[in-house]
Amino acid sequence: MNPMHIPVTGTAFLIASAVKLLVFFSVYLVTVAMLTLAERKVSAWIQDRHGPNRTGPGGLLQPAADGLKNLMKEELQPSAGHGVLFTLAPAIAFCTALVSWAVIPFAAPMPTPWGLVPMALAELPVGFLFTLAIGSLGVYGITLAGWASNNKYSLLGGLRSSAQMVSYEIAMGMSIIPVLLLTGNVALDGIIRQQAAGGWNVLNLTVAFFVFVLAAFAETNRLPFDLPEAESELVAGYHTEYSSMRFSMFFIAEYANMLTAAGLMATLFLGGWDIPFTRWDDTGDPSVLKTLATLGSFVAKAGFFLFFFMWIRWTLPRFRYDQLMSLGWKVLLPLMLGYIVLVASVLLALQAAGIGAGWLRTLVLLGMNVVVLGGLFLVVDRGRLLSPTTSRLKRIDVDRLRARAADRSPLAAGTRAELMGD
Amino acid sequence: MAINVKVLDRPIEETSYVRATLTGLANTFRHLVDPHKVTTQYPEEKEALGARWRGTHRMLTTEDGKAKCVACGLCPTVCPANCIKLVPGEDEQGNRYPLLFEIDEFRCIFCGYCQEVCPEEAIHVGRHYENAEFDREGFVYDLERLMAQQHPVSELWDPADPAGE
Repeated sequence: MNPMHIPVTGTAFLIASAVKLLVFFSVYLVTVAMLTLAERKVSAWIQDRHGPNRTGPGGLLQPAADGLKNLMKEELQPSAGHGVLFTLAPAIAFCTALVSWAVIPFAAPMPTPWGLVPMALAELPVGFLFTLAIGSLGVYGITLAGWASNNKYSLLGGLRSSAQMVSYEIAMGMSIIPVLLLTGNVALDGIIRQQAAGGWNVLNLTVAFFVFVLAAFAETNRLPFDLPEAESELVAGYHTEYSSMRFSMFFIAEYANMLTAAGLMATLFLGGWDIPFTRWDDTGDPSVLKTLATLGSFVAKAGFFLFFFMWIRWTLPRFRYDQLMSLGWKVLLPLMLGYIVLVASVLLALQAAGIGAGWLRTLVLLGMNVVVLGGLFLVVDRGRLLSPTTSRLKRIDVDRLRARAADRSPLAAGTRAELMGD
Repeated sequence: MAINVKVLDRPIEETSYVRATLTGLANTFRHLVDPHKVTTQYPEEKEALGARWRGTHRMLTTEDGKAKCVACGLCPTVCPANCIKLVPGEDEQGNRYPLLFEIDEFRCIFCGYCQEVCPEEAIHVGRHYENAEFDREGFVYDLERLMAQQHPVSELWDPADPAGE
């Protein structure tokens, strides 16, 4: 066997890991910085403006200027706050956001003279479980920030965020279980290869994909779920008291989380670095060309989701808090529980019928998804779940309420002339 | 329900969250790709000022380069912000002229009364707005500075349409 195709071990592994760490965290942080610019540009274009275009060519140096500004600013610390936690909170948010990226494979393995280098910072066998675990730790950053600030708005923001993130973590975990059922593996590399062979999970598990996208929006505190920093109610939520680089770290963490969520969506449901309609990229000997091509494929998919995050943000208004909670607990959780049972039964039936991974299985699963989604849109999407309480009532209840209101109000019961006649 | 709550029956097309989201996304995407932007790129592009714009003042001059002002004292009298300082003088022929004429542009409210009241059409408010200074003293315009201004002056009203209809 070609020595370039044997996974690296020993010293070469350490060196390869160190180089990967340096290169990819640099690229990652620059991407995060550029995302802040992209967000402002997208928001501007959607609002028929130009966006920042004065710093550097087309505004490209705006993130550098922002970063410099934040470094130069005064760091304020609330005197009644908890000093240690106040400093620790942005660090937790920042670090967990960065670390969760580490397991996502962004390209096919690259052959080098020292062996095959996997294109993920850490190819952990626990895969997305790691991301979920680290994502849960990220809640601490925000909650502690709210607590340590000694500010009622911060505390409310932190409380909201902890409740929201804990709730949607359940929906998120539930939406990954169907992927697990299909793949039988939690390692992200295994999931990608299974999708390359057996069709993308967005076709196999469309409902799970939608729920995962929803939960990812809530987990990253992005609109329409950005209640922890609802400025109309909470000033700026958990980062009200933060200034300077500490504030900036929350900001970076938000965009880093977005990047991770986009990478996860691409990996779990859109085939990761797999190039569609060809098996060239995931079969046969690895080559540098394949690595680059698959990297492009991954960047395109993740980039689409990043754009989607921003597109949604500048389109939808914020949810009300009770709507958010009822969506998470009363809709997504039962939906995913039922869906898991359904997927498991269908997979079992397919197995009994002797249909393995392939286009036929994808077709059957896609049909199942179309039926489920169609049913959901017909039954659920009638404004009852998220609209004001009154529209949740049945028609007959509405009529009864109207009649009762009319009884009580003499003016509503009849004309004024009748009233005078009495 | 304790009070009369208005209950509306709305058709599904209006209450469907998914449909509303999709139309919203389509709408924002149309604006995203629309090359027409409303921003004026200020230092490079400037919007035209209206003929009735009232900005910083300008003193018009006669053909031999003297101020048209005859120091009648009407403009400091009419000025509601009390921003015009005028000391009249008289030469050997008995012509009155301003010994001192200063306008504090910080106190000025740009009402344009001075231009309206001026019998000699000497003092005018101008169609001009780029007048930043590094210190407050710079905003007290003396006679030389008022005469040196070159920007077009306000029309205050259109003679053909004095009521602005």
